[in-house]
Amino acid sequence: MSQTKPYRVSHLDALEAESIFIMREVMAEFERPALLFSGGKDSIVMLRLAEKAFAPARIPFPVMHIDTGHNFPEVLEYRDRRVATLGLNLVVASVQEAIDAGQVRELPDGTRNRIQTPVLLAAQEKYRFDALFGGARRDEEKARAKERMFSFRDEFGQWDPKNQRPELWSLYNGRHHPGESIRVFPLSNWTELDVWHYIAKENIPLPSIYYAHDREVVERNGMFYAVNEFIRLRDGETSEVRRVRYRTVGDASQTAAVLSEADTVEKVIDEVAATRITERGATRGDDRVSEAAMEDRKREGYF
Amino acid sequence: MSQAVLEPDAAASRGMDLLRFATAGSVDDGKSTLIGRLLYDTKTIFEDQLEAVETASASRGDEYTNLALLTDGLRAEREQGITIDVAYRYFATPRRKFIIADTPGHIQYTRNMVTGASTADLALILVDARKGLVEQSRRHAFLTSLLRVPHLVLCVNKMDLVDWDQKVFERIADEFTSFAAKLDAPDLTIIPISALNGDNIASRSENSPWYEGPSLLHHLEHVHIASDRNLVDVRFPVQYVIRPQSTTVTDYRGYAGQVASGILKPGDDVMVLPSGLTSTIAAIETADGPIDEAFPPMSVTVRLADEIDISRGDMICRPQNRPAVAQDIEAMVCWMDETAPLRVGGKYAIKHTTRTARTVVRGLQYRLDVNTLHRDESAGELSLNEIGRVKLRTTVPLLADEYRRNRTTGGFILIDESTNRTVGAGIIIEAR
Repeated sequence: MSQTKPYRVSHLDALEAESIFIMREVMAEFERPALLFSGGKDSIVMLRLAEKAFAPARIPFPVMHIDTGHNFPEVLEYRDRRVATLGLNLVVASVQEAIDAGQVRELPDGTRNRIQTPVLLAAQEKYRFDALFGGARRDEEKARAKERMFSFRDEFGQWDPKNQRPELWSLYNGRHHPGESIRVFPLSNWTELDVWHYIAKENIPLPSIYYAHDREVVERNGMFYAVNEFIRLRDGETSEVRRVRYRTVGDASQTAAVLSEADTVEKVIDEVAATRITERGATRGDDRVSEAAMEDRKREGYF
Repeated sequence: MSQAVLEPDAAASRGMDLLRFATAGSVDDGKSTLIGRLLYDTKTIFEDQLEAVETASASRGDEYTNLALLTDGLRAEREQGITIDVAYRYFATPRRKFIIADTPGHIQYTRNMVTGASTADLALILVDARKGLVEQSRRHAFLTSLLRVPHLVLCVNKMDLVDWDQKVFERIADEFTSFAAKLDAPDLTIIPISALNGDNIASRSENSPWYEGPSLLHHLEHVHIASDRNLVDVRFPVQYVIRPQSTTVTDYRGYAGQVASGILKPGDDVMVLPSGLTSTIAAIETADGPIDEAFPPMSVTVRLADEIDISRGDMICRPQNRPAVAQDIEAMVCWMDETAPLRVGGKYAIKHTTRTARTVVRGLQYRLDVNTLHRDESAGELSLNEIGRVKLRTTVPLLADEYRRNRTTGGFILIDESTNRTVGAGIIIEAR
C-alpha cells in the first residue's frame, strides 16, 4: 500500500458537500428562504441535507407544502411526522382552499398540477419568501438540464431560459429586486440513482408507497394508476390488484405506479439501475401532454 | 482482460468518485453524437428519451436518429434554431460518476466555454479528421488553459471518413501538441474516434490497430484527478456562522464552509483573515460527528479554541501560509453581458469566495484576441465574449490567491448592481 493518503471523496460525499454549500449560501444571503416539501423522495433528501447543513442548530427556515388536495394519505402522515420530529415550521398552501375561494379554477380534467402554480406564487407573496428550495434534478427532464442552481424568477415567478445568469466555480449570484426571487435547486447534479444511494447510505425513512405493495390499479396508456377517490374506473376498464411501487410522488390523480417486487431500498436501487425508462416518462401523466410540457410550466412559474 | 462489470450499487458502496468535464465543439464536429454515444454506451439514455428523439428526428425529416435533439431540448431553441448556453448531462460507470457541461461551440462560445470550464476536471475538444484543426479548436484549447482545466482530451472524430489513416491522425496530433505546448497546456491525451460508429469510445477499435492509447471511456474512467486538488494551502472561507438558538445546545459557535484547499486538522494553528487573529482548531464537525481531517471539497464546521470575532467572508488559513489581503487586483476578465460593455471607471459588485465587495475598474491593459492571442493595447472596453487584462480596486480587501495556484480563491464574478446580472468572470493574476 502507498504511504500517501488518497484523500478521496466519493461521488455521494461530493454531491452532499455541494448541496450543503448551496443551502448555507442561501441562508447567508437571503432574508426569507423556505424549502418546498412535497413528501416526495427528492424533497425528503433535501430536508436531510438541510438538517446536516445547519447541525447542531435546527433547520433555520420553514418548509412549504403546496397541497393539491390530491394526496396519498401515507405521504401526508409522513410529512406531519417529519415536521414534528425536526421541530419545523410548516406552511401549507392549499389548492382546494384557493378553488373554494375562487382564486383558481378547477381544470375540466380535474388535474391540479398546473393550478398549483398560482397557489405557490400567492403563498410566496403572502409570506414574502425570497428564495425557495426545490428538489428538481437536471437528469429528470430536458428543460431542467438547462436550468441554473440559482434560478432567477421575475415578479411573476417566471423562468426565462434565454436570460439566465452564468454560474461559474461555486459563485452563485442570488441578487434580486423586491418582488423577484430565486428558486434554488441543491440537487441539480444528482441523478435518480444518486438519490436512492443516498437514501440507503443515510438510512432515510420514506413514505411506504415508495416500496412494493399490493394495490388495486387500472392500466391506462401503459401506466398503472391506483383506483381511489381521484381515479375511478371508466367504462370498459377493469381494475386488478398488482404488486407496485411509486417512483415519484405527485398529484395522486396524475401519478402512476410501476410494477415492482422491490420492498427494500437495496432492491429499489437494483431496479433503478436496471430500468430503461425515465421516472417521469414512466409515472407522470402531466409530462406526457406535450414535448415541451415542463418548459411551459416552468415559464409560468412552476418549480 | 477486463474485470467483471460491477453492479452500480456495489460500486457505490466502494465509493465511485466524481469527474466533471466540459465538452466544446459544434454540431458539425459530431459533439452531440459523441455525447449521445457516451450516454448510449453507458446505458444512460432511456427508452422513452430515445423514442422521443426518434419521433422528433422523423418529423424533422432527418435521415438518422439525430442525437443532437437529446441536448437541444427547449422549444425556445427549436423555434429560433439556437442552443442555449450550458446543458448538464450525467452518466456513470462502475468506477465513476460523470457530469458533462455541454457547451455549444458556435454561439456565445467564450462565455459558455468559460462557464463550463470553471468547474471542469477535464475538457474534451473535438475536431473533424477531414478538416483538421480549425480556429475554434485553438480557441477552445486556449480557454481550457486560461481556466486551468487540469486535463485536456482531443478527440479526432470521423476517422471512418478518412479510412482510419494513421498519417491523418498523426498530422493533427502533432500540430495540436505543438500548439498546446505554447499554451502551458495541461495533461494532454489525443484519441482517434468515430462517434457515429462507436470506435474507440467504450472500447478499443479494431479499425485502429496502430493506436495504442486508451479508449475515450477508459481514459475518462482512469485519468488521475485526485492530485489536481491543492492539498497544500489551507484556505477555508467562512460561509455561515452556526449558533444554535436552543436550550439544549448552549455556547456553540461553529464556522461552516467548504474547504477550498489544504488539509485542516484539529490542533492546527490557524490565522483568521483579514483580522490576523490566531487560534487553534478545536474540532472539525459534521452532522455525522467530528472528523480527524477535512480537505476539499468537504463541507464542514470548524470550531476554534478561542473566542474571536469571525463572520461570513473571513478566511481561515495557516499563520505561515496565507492568501494576499488585497484591494488591488490584476485579472483576466471575460465579459459576459450583452447589454453594456466593461469600461474603465465602471463600478460593479464583486463576489469572491464567500465575500462580496464593490470594485472599480482602474484600467484595461489590453484586450486579447482569443483566436490569434494578439494583445490590443488600444482597446477601450470589453464587449460580450471578450477577454482582457484588467486592473481593479476593491472597497474592502479580498483574501485572494493567484488563480494558477488556486482555482477557488483565485476566481471571482462581477455583478451589475443595477440589473443584478452576472456580467463578468475574473481570473486573478496578481493580488496585493
